[in-house]
Amino acid sequence: MSATAPDAPSAKPQRGFLDHALYVLSENPITAIAFALFAVIVLVALLGPVLAPYDPLESNAARALQPPSVDHWFGTDNLGRDVFSRVLIATRLDLLISVTAVALSFMVGATIGSAAGYWGGWIDAVTGRFVDTIMAFPLFVLAMGIVAAMGNTVENIIYATAIINLPFYARVARAEVRIRRNAGFAQAARLSGNTDVQVLAFHIFPNALPPMMVQISLNMGWAILNAAGLSFIGLGVRPPTAEWGIMVAEGANFVVSGEWWLAVFPGLALMTAVFAFNLLGDGLRDIFDPRQRT
Amino acid sequence: MGPRTKLVLYRTLQALPALVGVVIVSFILTRMLPGDPAAYFAGPAATETSIAEIRAAMGLDHPLPVQFLHYVQDLVGGDLGNSLSTGQPVVEELTRRLPASLELTLTALLLSCAIALPMGVAAAVHQGSWIDHVCRGLVTAGVSLPTFFTGIVLVYVFYYLLGWAPSPLGRLDFIYLSPPEVTGFYIIDALLIGDVETAMGAVRQLILPASTLALFTLAPLARMARAAMLQALSSDYIRTARAAGLGEGQVVFGYAFQNAMLPVITTLGMVFSFMLGANVLVEKVFSWPGIGSYAVEALVVSDYAAVQGFVLAMAILFVLLNLVIDILYTLVDPRTREG
Repeated sequence: MSATAPDAPSAKPQRGFLDHALYVLSENPITAIAFALFAVIVLVALLGPVLAPYDPLESNAARALQPPSVDHWFGTDNLGRDVFSRVLIATRLDLLISVTAVALSFMVGATIGSAAGYWGGWIDAVTGRFVDTIMAFPLFVLAMGIVAAMGNTVENIIYATAIINLPFYARVARAEVRIRRNAGFAQAARLSGNTDVQVLAFHIFPNALPPMMVQISLNMGWAILNAAGLSFIGLGVRPPTAEWGIMVAEGANFVVSGEWWLAVFPGLALMTAVFAFNLLGDGLRDIFDPRQRT
Repeated sequence: MGPRTKLVLYRTLQALPALVGVVIVSFILTRMLPGDPAAYFAGPAATETSIAEIRAAMGLDHPLPVQFLHYVQDLVGGDLGNSLSTGQPVVEELTRRLPASLELTLTALLLSCAIALPMGVAAAVHQGSWIDHVCRGLVTAGVSLPTFFTGIVLVYVFYYLLGWAPSPLGRLDFIYLSPPEVTGFYIIDALLIGDVETAMGAVRQLILPASTLALFTLAPLARMARAAMLQALSSDYIRTARAAGLGEGQVVFGYAFQNAMLPVITTLGMVFSFMLGANVLVEKVFSWPGIGSYAVEALVVSDYAAVQGFVLAMAILFVLLNLVIDILYTLVDPRTREG
């Protein structure tokens, strides 16, 4: 990814970009923390089953509803399952849902947005209407409707999350391609005999990627929240599968009687993941686009 | 007709394509049911003939454009179909529950505006001070908090640990009778008949869910208020106003604040989109008997007609809210002032 990063104005060699990235990281320790958190989350997602001390599905009535202890760091739930193990295992599923959804909506959104930005005209008008129609719905509510219509499965949660994220990518791609469509380098590429599709795909699009990467990272947090929200209201993931949203939903029934650990730990995990992606997005923006630094 | 009236009419016309889009999408969503809708509605014990009967009764044997026309006709007549689980018209149930949702959403919106706007403005005026840091921290934390999680934590702290809040079960404790319906807002209805005690009961039930929702919308509002205020304060007309010797209060509130409110009003559209979604989650956490929890209950029993009715109702509400925001923007914008 970093190979495509040097933007048109920076004539400096690759080294300059790395130095700049390191400078931004050292200037803003929060960004460094975000990168570290992100690494931890990815590791847990990959190694979850190895790290988990107990079987996440194994119930044991004898140790039901125990508060956090040395044996069970996050306590046990109403069926005696280890909450810590379940929170770890759930990382993979939650990340899988949101990464797949964001990847899908990035691919589709970037394609239609780039086409609209490059060619304009009727393509722009049609895709613009399409995107506006999605945005005319409260997005989470639209996701509920899509899952209800397509059937209540994990795949459909992914499609629904992808559809409601689509407008953001389409709009960023359209704007970023549009301002570059007649830039010097694009005209040069056209003059040397590239077709429109080649100019768009190999010359303009790579330059529009950095701002889209920022959008991806900021969206990822939102995608996780949405997917977890959908499973919180009982869509997609079915018990006894471990997933943060459904674990919070199941734990909610016990909070009123004081068994807080059932809901709080998966909730904290969810919050940490979203927080990490949001900070990461801010950090990436600082690295790629110094003008927008806050 | 003044330019402002013209603009308002123009904005109203602009909302029409969105409305048409919403109706088309919700038509598609109702026809996308997994498998054959007629077989689904006929139930498991259906025979070939009964499925065919239901297909004819539902108009599913017509070509799609004709079906769409019937769908629009039903909509105009206020018919969203009947709920599969209760057999009641969906529209009736939605209108009965709408005031509960509106009471919650509007209270939350007022609450979050009352906190976010002064905070954003103060953060911009005293850039780099402690209030700026508090604002930044809250904004970053606020967008990362899952609404349903905030709600549960608030219930644990304020109901279980401190005992300050009533149990999170609906709009009114069972010791009170719900007030006679006038507006549908329990607080207002109770006050109308002079029943202060019931009104206080309703307020107590409302505080936690409204705070949960407000915390969620605080972040985008405060962030936008701060950014817009910073931009306004660094513009030429503020420099001119300062150079002309105007007092700081006059500069900040008379000039900068008015102009900074425009982008904030624009953000309100996005805030509403988030809010109507988060509303569903908050209603589930607090067993709030609004349209959100109606949809969640319907989802659990696969009552698709009720869910799609809810989606359409929310979308129409959202289009109307956006229209109100656009009109508000036109009215507030000093550039469209008449005369």
